[in-house]
Amino acid sequence: MTRARWLVPTVYILFLLLPIYWLVSMSFKTTNEILGHFTLWPQNPTLENYRTIFTDPSWYMGYVNSITYVSLNTVISVAAALPAAYAFSRYRFLGDKHLFFWLLTNRMAPAAVFALPFFQLYSAVGLFDTHLAVALAHTLFNIPLAVWILEGFMSGVPRQLDETAYVDGYSFPRFFIRIFIPTIKAGVGVAAFFCFMFSWVELLLAKTLTAVAAKPIAATMTKTASSSGYELGLLAAAGTLTIIPGAIVIWFVRNHIARGFALGRV
Amino acid sequence: MNGKIVNQKAWFFVIPVLLLVSFNAIVPLMTVINYSVQETFGDNVFFWSGLTWFQEILRSERFHAALTRQAIFTGAILAIEVPLGVAIALAMPRKGIWVSVCLVLMALPLLIPWNVVGAMWNIFALPNIGLLGKGLNALGFDYNYTRQVGDAWFTLILMDVWHWTSLVVLLAYAGLVSIPDAYYQAARIDGASRWAVFRHIQLPKMRRVLTIAILLRFMDSFNIYTEPVVLTGGGPGNATTLLSIDLVKIALGQFDLGPAAAMSLIYFLIILALSWIFYAVMTRNEEQ
Repeated sequence: MTRARWLVPTVYILFLLLPIYWLVSMSFKTTNEILGHFTLWPQNPTLENYRTIFTDPSWYMGYVNSITYVSLNTVISVAAALPAAYAFSRYRFLGDKHLFFWLLTNRMAPAAVFALPFFQLYSAVGLFDTHLAVALAHTLFNIPLAVWILEGFMSGVPRQLDETAYVDGYSFPRFFIRIFIPTIKAGVGVAAFFCFMFSWVELLLAKTLTAVAAKPIAATMTKTASSSGYELGLLAAAGTLTIIPGAIVIWFVRNHIARGFALGRV
Repeated sequence: MNGKIVNQKAWFFVIPVLLLVSFNAIVPLMTVINYSVQETFGDNVFFWSGLTWFQEILRSERFHAALTRQAIFTGAILAIEVPLGVAIALAMPRKGIWVSVCLVLMALPLLIPWNVVGAMWNIFALPNIGLLGKGLNALGFDYNYTRQVGDAWFTLILMDVWHWTSLVVLLAYAGLVSIPDAYYQAARIDGASRWAVFRHIQLPKMRRVLTIAILLRFMDSFNIYTEPVVLTGGGPGNATTLLSIDLVKIALGQFDLGPAAAMSLIYFLIILALSWIFYAVMTRNEEQ
C-alpha cells in the first residue's frame, strides 16, 4: 500500500496533463495537419502559429490588455482589502458579521446575472472599453476573496505584536506598513495570487465590458472561429500562451499555495 | 471571535472596500430588480408589472428543467470531486522536492482561462481529431459528445473534474500537513488501523478546509457558464443547458429582460440561501 502510494498523484497528474499536452501539441501543427489526419505528435513541427501571434497586434495586444487589467485589479483589490481585513481580524464593530457575509455574497453572484447591468453601468459612467472598467468589475468577486484570505492570515498573528509596537511608540500607519504587512507577506502574496487568478480566468464580464481598446486575449480567441474558418493551430497556440502567466505566478507562491487555498485557516 | 476589542472606528478601515463593492453590487442589483417588476413593449417605455414575471418563471417548465439539470450537475461534481480530492491529498508526499512539483502541476488547470478550458476539451474530446474522442472510439465505445446526451454529460462532468478537483486536493492537503507528527505516533502506539487514523485524526482536521472546499465548489459550479457554453453550447438540444446558460439565452438571445431579471433574482436567492447554510455551519465550527 505505502509503496504504491506515489501512483495515485502520478496518475492524477498525467490525467491533468493529457488535455494540456493535446493543446500544446496542436499549437505546433498546421491546421491542415490537425484536420487532415490524426497524429499523436506534430509530424512537421511549425512555429508559424506563434509567429502570427507575436507579429499581429490584434493578437498580442490581447495579452497586453489582459495583463494590464489583471494587474490593475490585483493592486486595487489587495490595497482595499488590507485595512478591511485588519478591521475584521482585530475589532468587533456594529454589523461586522453581517458585513462580512454580505461581502461573501458578492463572491456568489453569478456573472451571467450581472453582465447586462454592468454593461449599462460602465457605459453610463463613461468607462466602457477601458482597462479600468474590467479591473473595477472584477473587484466584485476579488475583494471579498482577498478580505477572506487576508483575514485568515491576520488572525494567525498574535495581538501582542500590535500592542508591543504601540508601546514602542509606533503610530498606526507606520506599524501597519513597516511591521504588520511584512509579517503577513505570505498572505499578501497568496491574496494577490488569487486575485490574479480569478481575474485572469474570467471572461464573461471582461468580454461584456470591452470592445476594441481593452479586449482580453481570451475574447480575441473567439474571432478565429468566425473570420477565416476554424484556425485550430492558431487557437491552440493562443490557448497555450494563456497558460504561461499562471504557471509563472504559481511558481512564486508554491510554498504557501496550500495554505492560501484554505484561506489562511488551517 | 473571542478576544476582539469593540471599536466602532474600525468602520473607517472598511470604507474603501464598502465603496468599491457597493458600486459594483448595488447599482446592477437595483437594475435587475427594476427590470424584474416591469413590462416593456420596446422604445424604452416600461410598465409596472408587479410579480407576474416571478410567478411565470416559478411555474415555467423550462426553468424547472434548467434547475434540475443544474442540481444534477452540481450534485455529481461534488460527489466525485470531494472524495477524489481527499483520496489524492492523502496519497501526496509530505516532504521534499516532489511536494512543490505536485502542487504546481496540480494547480495548473485552475489558472487556465475558462473559455480556453472549454475550447481545449471541445477539441480534446472530438471523435475525429481529439485524443480522448479518438481513444474512446478506438477502445470500442461509440462516443460522440456532440450528438449523444449521455456522452455530453460525461464530457461535461469529466471536464469539471479535470478543472477543479485540484482545488479540493490543495485544501485537503493544507489540512493534512497541519497535523503534528505526534498524533500519528500516538495512533501507532495505540495500534490504530489506517481507517481509524483517517476517521479520528485526519478527517476532523480536514473538516474546516473541506467545508470551504464544498462552499467554493458549490458556488462556482452553480454559477458555471463559460466552460459548458464553449464545450457543448448547452446541447445536444437543451441537454446540458445549465441555469446560467439558459439565463443568458433569455436575456441576450431573446432580449426578454423582465423574465430574465426575475430569473436572475430567483437564481441568486437560491445560491444565497444554500451558501448561508454552509457559511453558518462553517462559522459554528470555528467558534467551537
